[in-house]
Amino acid sequence: MTTGTGTQRFGGGGPLVYGLAAIVAALTLGPVVYGALGGFRSNEQLARDPAGLPDPWVVTNYENVFSNSGFWTYALNSTAIAMITTVVTVLCGVMAAYPLARYRFRFREPLFMVFVLGLLFPLAVAIIPLFILITRNLQLGNTWWGVALPQAAFALPMTVVILRPFLMALPKELEEAALIDGASRVSVFWRIVLPLSVPGMITVGVLAFVASWNSYLLPLLLLRDEMRTLPLGVADYSTEFSADTAGVLAFTTIAMIPALILFLALQGRIVNGLQGAVKG
Amino acid sequence: MTDQGATMVATRPEEGAARRATSRRAAARPPRLGWGQRLEVLLFVAPALVLMSIFIVWPVVSAVRMSLYRWKGFGPMDDFVGWQNYSLVLGDDVFTGAVGHNFTIVVASIAVQLPIGLGLALLLNRNIRFRGVLRTVVFVPYVVAEVIAGVIWFQLLQPGYGLVDTLVGAVGLTPPEQGFLGSPDITLWTVFVVLTWKYVGLAVLLFLAGLQNIPQELYESAQIDGASWWQTQWQIAVPLLGPTIRTWAFLSMIGSIQLFDIVWVLTGGGPANATTTMATYLINQGTSRGNYGIAGAASVVLFVIALVMAVLYQALVLRRDSQEAR
Repeated sequence: MTTGTGTQRFGGGGPLVYGLAAIVAALTLGPVVYGALGGFRSNEQLARDPAGLPDPWVVTNYENVFSNSGFWTYALNSTAIAMITTVVTVLCGVMAAYPLARYRFRFREPLFMVFVLGLLFPLAVAIIPLFILITRNLQLGNTWWGVALPQAAFALPMTVVILRPFLMALPKELEEAALIDGASRVSVFWRIVLPLSVPGMITVGVLAFVASWNSYLLPLLLLRDEMRTLPLGVADYSTEFSADTAGVLAFTTIAMIPALILFLALQGRIVNGLQGAVKG
Repeated sequence: MTDQGATMVATRPEEGAARRATSRRAAARPPRLGWGQRLEVLLFVAPALVLMSIFIVWPVVSAVRMSLYRWKGFGPMDDFVGWQNYSLVLGDDVFTGAVGHNFTIVVASIAVQLPIGLGLALLLNRNIRFRGVLRTVVFVPYVVAEVIAGVIWFQLLQPGYGLVDTLVGAVGLTPPEQGFLGSPDITLWTVFVVLTWKYVGLAVLLFLAGLQNIPQELYESAQIDGASWWQTQWQIAVPLLGPTIRTWAFLSMIGSIQLFDIVWVLTGGGPANATTTMATYLINQGTSRGNYGIAGAASVVLFVIALVMAVLYQALVLRRDSQEAR
């Protein structure tokens, strides 16, 4: 859309623009590249020349991570928790956003405000009673669901806020036609609205997945031993083997890859999905 | 022209068609739903409301209750102390210092990250080569987990042999002796630099999404009138991005008030409490020290501050957007 013929000569780039872009790219990627390259070096190399390239390239750090059984357990936990969180968030989110977008009733705006208010509750405020609730009352401490369900609850406000304008923008004609043909609202939702909402659901789904994959505080309090997730593994590893900088960097690099791939692969869709949400 | 554009951007899609404009007038008195439809609404909204009630509302209410008791986390909660925990928290220099740190980050984030984010978004909205690659690159830190960013930066900032000290030394400056994370005067700013690195990508993401809503014709007609690139950006793009910028600022404020992960990994709140935030304070009180009542009081204070900030922001700043939309 932005690539009109006018912009071709109007908003292009001169040397200054490219220079600026190069600096930005270097500053942004620098730390991540340092981490990834650091994993290919020995600790002795890192100490001798912090700014250099690996010489020779060392693969044992990465091999050690992959042959570490703890790593695979953490990766499995992270994946399972992130997937449960994503499915629960997206399903509950799109269901809640649907009547807020399509039904017209007196308490619609107040109901929507409940979700907007939900944005204001920081996890940190609720964390200690949440810990007690999950471990003692629900007996879900140290389980996947014990982390995934509260994460979904905290992801829901943002999900509904993003999905509602998205659903409002969908064409109404298909639904109206189906309703006139005598379909119930519920079957219209499952058969028409849900398939049409897939792009919006991908946006919020990726955001929920990445947030869950990256989350730290809740798993830190709830998960122990072989139930821990990758971010906890990274934090533990970096304190436990603080002398083994190269090993820490290798572990860290591998832990960030899945979220990175998922987000970058679907980045275009995320920007499109957010357009509705930032309209004001 | 700007006004016209603002209306276009602020108009919700549902209000576009003329037929819907009529139904909008009726929205002042929405129809009563039949019982069947009420049941449907309830059915659709219930799962979300149940989850949020159990995992958000109930714990927050419990935090309020917990804040009124002296309680170590076990046995019955029966030692009612009223406001005592609040006076302990508000009288604790470490906590009031933490509030100051949070507010410093709130103000600095908006003052520094807004111009950088806006500049990058405008730059990446230009038709330059490698635009797609650059957009991707800018998001990378945002996608990296706070803990992982913290661990990498911790290594980069190691005093003496870390890459940052080496680079600072290479340009002829002397890095601080205790390192950037060990000197109380500068550690908060070090944390802020890391936060900026991590979160500018979010601003760019939102601003780019907002920029795509601006009709291309506006730029084109300005161009025909002889406006330069800078003029079109300042007089069309930036004003029309207003609602997006205000939404971002709101999210940024809320995020800065809740700051935890990066600080916990980078400094643990030190040195000498120089980077303690409200969240690290309450986690420390609740988990390491077992002072659940004090942690509860601190979390209530944190929530009240977030709420007051949000209400003020809504009343003073965001209200303009919803009025413009009418």
